[in-house]
Amino acid sequence: MDKISAGDTAWMLISTALVMLMTPGLAFFYGGLVRRKNVLSIMVQCLILVGVISIQWVLFGYSLAFGPDHWHIIGGLSWVGLHNVGIVPNANYAPTIPHILFMLFQMMFAVITPALIVGAFAERMKFSAFLIFSIVWATIVYDPLAHWVWGVGGMLRQLGALDFAGGTVVHINAGAAALAAALVIGKRKGYPDTSPPHNLPFAILGAALLWFGWFGFNAGSALSAGGVAVSAFASTHLAAGTAAVAWAAMDWIRTRRPTALGTISGAVAGLVAITPASGFVTPLGALGIGALAGLVCYGSVMWMKGKLGYDDSLDAFGVHGVGGMLGALCTGLWATVAINSAGANGVFHGGGKLILWQFIAVVGSFAYSFVLSFGLLKLIDKVVGLRVKPDHESIGLDLTQHSESAYTVVG
Amino acid sequence: MKYVIAIIQPDRLDEVVAALEEEEIILITVSEVMGRGRQKGVAEVYRSHVERNGLLHKIKVEVAVNDSDVWKAVDAIASGARTGHVGDGKIFVLDLEECIRIRTGETSNSAIR
Repeated sequence: MDKISAGDTAWMLISTALVMLMTPGLAFFYGGLVRRKNVLSIMVQCLILVGVISIQWVLFGYSLAFGPDHWHIIGGLSWVGLHNVGIVPNANYAPTIPHILFMLFQMMFAVITPALIVGAFAERMKFSAFLIFSIVWATIVYDPLAHWVWGVGGMLRQLGALDFAGGTVVHINAGAAALAAALVIGKRKGYPDTSPPHNLPFAILGAALLWFGWFGFNAGSALSAGGVAVSAFASTHLAAGTAAVAWAAMDWIRTRRPTALGTISGAVAGLVAITPASGFVTPLGALGIGALAGLVCYGSVMWMKGKLGYDDSLDAFGVHGVGGMLGALCTGLWATVAINSAGANGVFHGGGKLILWQFIAVVGSFAYSFVLSFGLLKLIDKVVGLRVKPDHESIGLDLTQHSESAYTVVG
Repeated sequence: MKYVIAIIQPDRLDEVVAALEEEEIILITVSEVMGRGRQKGVAEVYRSHVERNGLLHKIKVEVAVNDSDVWKAVDAIASGARTGHVGDGKIFVLDLEECIRIRTGETSNSAIR
C-alpha cells in the first residue's frame, strides 16, 4: 500500500473522468454533423456504449486485453470478473496507482473506440445490429489489439513499436473498422447529395470537449503525475492548435473562406495524430506533427474520399484512420529519449529502427482490424441485417429506431 | 378583404412592423422561411460537402386587411423592407374569402381589425 502515490492516483482519477467525457463529447461532435432527424440516434449509439462496453470490460474485456499473456496474442481469462484486480498496484502497468484505477482508465479507451466507428455508418444502421457489432468487435478486435500494443508480452510491444496513448489501438483500429463499415453497409440514400450539418454549434462544442478530454487521454497515459505527463499535455495541445490552423489555412486557400467545421476538424486531426507520439516528442515536434496532420487529413477528407467514392459519412476513416497512421509514422520520426527515457529515438534524433517498427505496427493493426471488421459486418448483415429499411432511412432513425424526436417545434 | 404576403430580408422585420403599426395595421403573422429570388444565394461549404441550392433565410410577413387598407399595407411593408439592393423581397396580394375571429365568432370586416 505504501507504493500508492496520492499525486499519481489523483491525476489518474481526473484523467479517467476526462476520457469518459470524450464519449459524450463525440456524441455532440458527430450529432451536430448529421441531419436533425438522426441526431438522437448518433447520441444514443455513443452513450449506450458507455454502459455496454463498461460491463463487457469488467466481465472479460480487461482480462483479454491486459491479463497475463498467452502466446503474445491475448491476455486470457485469469482476470475475468476483475479476479485479482484490486487496490494493490500492478507493478507492470502502473506501479503507483491502484490496479482498479488502471483498469478504469483503460475502460474509457475501450468505450470510445467503438463509438468512433459510428461516424462511418451514421444515419443508416439498425440499432440492434450496431449493438451486436460493437460488443463482438470490442471482444475480437479491440481487446486483442490492445494486448498486442500495450499488454505485457504483446507482440507489437515486444517488437519495440511505440504507441503512447492509442494511435494504433484506438484510431487506426477504429479507422480501419470505419472503412470496412462504409464499404459493407453502403452509401446513404442520395449520397453524395446529402444534407449539410444540422447544428454546427453542437459539433464545435463536441470538438472542444474532445480537446479538453484528450488531456486525460494523452497526459493520463503517462499513468503518473510528472514530467512525462506534462510533456504529453504540452504536445497534445500544440498539435491540436497547429492542425486547426493548418486546416483553416487550407480552407482559406482552396475554397476562399476558413470554415468553422474545417477548424475543428483540423483540431481533431491533430489530436489523433499526436496520440501515439504525445509522451515521446518535444513541443516543437508536436508543432510539426500537428501541421502535417492538418494538411494530410484535409487531403484525405476533401480529395481522397471523393475520388474513391465511399460514404464514410463523418470522416471516421479520413480523420481517425489516416490521422492515426500518420501519427504512428511521425512517432518514428520525432520520438526522442530526451523527453521519455522509456521511449526510443526516431529518425530526426538519430534512430533508424523505430520507424520500421512503427510501419509494421501500422500495417498490422490496420490489416487485422479491417479484415475482422469486414468479416464481422458481413456476418451480422447475413444474420440480422445491418441497414434500416429505405423508408425508415427517409423518415429518420430518431423516430424509427428510438421513437423520439430531438427538437419539438410545435408545442 | 385581401390577404397580403410579403417575403422580406430578416433584418428589415423591425422596420416593417413599425411601418405597419403607423398605419394602424397591428394584427400580423411572422414566420421564418428559406427562399431565393434572382439573388442566387451563397455557396455553403462543409468539408467535402458543398451546398449549391442557394436558399437563404427570409422572413414571411402576413396580414389580412380590408379592401380599403390594402395599399396602405403594401406601401408600409415596401417602405420598411426596401434597401435598394437585390434581395429586398416581394409582396403578394391575394383575395381573402372570409375571416373569422375564433373567440367571438365575428366574421368579415369586423373580424379583420
